Amino acid sequence: MDISTQTTDASPPTPPPTEAERKRAARGATRPGDRIFLGLTRGSGILLLVIMAAMAVFLTYRASLAISKDHGNFLTTFEWNTNLNPPVFGIAVLAFGTVVSSIVAMVLAVPIAVAIALFLTHYAPRKLSGPIAYVIDLLAAVPSIVYGLWGALILVPHMQGLYGWLNDYFGWTGILSWEGGAPRAMLTVGILLAIMILPIITNVSREVFRQVPQMHEEAALALGATRWEVVRMAVLPFGRSGVISASMLGLGRALGETMAVATVLSPSYDIQASLLDPGGGTFAQNIASKFGEATEQGRDALIASGLVLFVITLVVNGAARAIIARRKEYSGANA
Amino acid sequence: MAKRIDVSGLTAYYGSHKAIEDISMTVEPRSVTAFIGPSGCGKSTFLRTLNRMHEVTPGGRVEGKVLLDDEDLYGAGIDPVSVRREVGMVFQRPNPFPTMSIFDNVAAGLRLNGKFKKSELNDVVEKSLKGANLWNEVKDRLNKPGSGLSGGQQQRLCIARAIAVEPKVLLMDEPCSALDPISTLAIEDLIGELKERFTIVIVTHNMQQAARVSDRTAFFNLSAVGQPGRLIEIDDTERIFSNPSVQATEDYISGRFG
Repeated sequence: MDISTQTTDASPPTPPPTEAERKRAARGATRPGDRIFLGLTRGSGILLLVIMAAMAVFLTYRASLAISKDHGNFLTTFEWNTNLNPPVFGIAVLAFGTVVSSIVAMVLAVPIAVAIALFLTHYAPRKLSGPIAYVIDLLAAVPSIVYGLWGALILVPHMQGLYGWLNDYFGWTGILSWEGGAPRAMLTVGILLAIMILPIITNVSREVFRQVPQMHEEAALALGATRWEVVRMAVLPFGRSGVISASMLGLGRALGETMAVATVLSPSYDIQASLLDPGGGTFAQNIASKFGEATEQGRDALIASGLVLFVITLVVNGAARAIIARRKEYSGANA
Repeated sequence: MAKRIDVSGLTAYYGSHKAIEDISMTVEPRSVTAFIGPSGCGKSTFLRTLNRMHEVTPGGRVEGKVLLDDEDLYGAGIDPVSVRREVGMVFQRPNPFPTMSIFDNVAAGLRLNGKFKKSELNDVVEKSLKGANLWNEVKDRLNKPGSGLSGGQQQRLCIARAIAVEPKVLLMDEPCSALDPISTLAIEDLIGELKERFTIVIVTHNMQQAARVSDRTAFFNLSAVGQPGRLIEIDDTERIFSNPSVQATEDYISGRFG
């Protein structure tokens, strides 16, 4: 008797697998280890969604309480008097200040960060790029209150010269005119935020540029490309989506930055057309400076402004994903 | 116009490691020369010294002379970038730029040379794709990404990209080793056509391929691991595969080695 018939005879006929068993087998989760790992990973995923949903519900509920009592227009009022009865408050100034300071920060930080990342990966000798990368990592680890103190004590007093120069040459544009007030304005905030988000954008971009396949760079070289042309033909297009993601990480930090803005800006509830005139505010700065002394009703109003910040962040991230997805078939991922 | 390559006393290093030693040979214009030999014998390294790609590798340096007609590629004041515009290269794995369309891939080298006129680009791209026997397969989707093509098509796209700038010499580093037999045949046919216009040097591990496509064959070997690779002999392909003058060559091509 041969072995195969022997085993067939010995084993009892197995019932056909049930639907659930088949599904589990398809996911490769039939052994205990696989099943535990599947449970853990799925659990973590679900937990994340639950936390997000809980935050959204909390923010929306408390915000709705505040907005229903608001006697101003929540979106357009230039005021934040939550202790009045009835309260009058609106997020116009905060939304403007948040967006403007973040735009200034991005305009300054992204090109510099990309340039540093390119320098470290494609120009600097290895002996130099290691230490520089380490220093940039250190910059990312500095707490934001330290940046805030540095900004208030060092940066602000040294901005006079720059403000005067900008006013002399670009004052005619309106957005860079200066009436001579203390330079505790959106430009200073933007510069400070740019310094703060520079390390994260640099680091992520550096990782992306380092992963450009050698064969793409050699393809450009073999066509007779100079080093800059290699960067332009092979490195930058390959790293494009990664740089966008890196910028979004930086933007997220800039939008939500609290202490650094609060220490540098002299806030007010009006909108300054010029980046150099002090005043305005941001969501996070406003929450931080008002929360301590706010009544129940005041807190709900601050939470409502937090909800708007939440929505702005979601919209920005969605837009970035859309930009990346639009050129998906040209990304380096399928090479 | 195709040019003659004249190599004398060429030695290449990776840092302190000597990869190939004292290689001299002549490659006639409008011919196909195949480099064969075991892995690690330095044939790819030698190929990369012919367009100064070797020195791109950190620590890579070269001693000796490579004359392209009468110009020494390693002479003083010669810019490696301009060398690579004269000596094109096709790599082992097809490497079209993933972020570019088929058209832009072929036009990439032309744009580097400052040609941006749409009509001119259109003409050269069509001519190059026809030259690479790819035109009929891609003419309706020139604006689609090059990475969407099959492996064999991608390799022909890379050949089109290389010949678009009208190099004098075309180097091919195992161009078929990542391809199936049918795509390989297409590339081999193409090599036969391209040699009318270019001087071609091809590295291959496939000895039947060397026998099929080349006029001359060079056999490289190394005496032991860690020793530099050397050129054992170079002769007409027919002679190398029927009656080589060195015993080691005969051992290698008949499978008696190691």
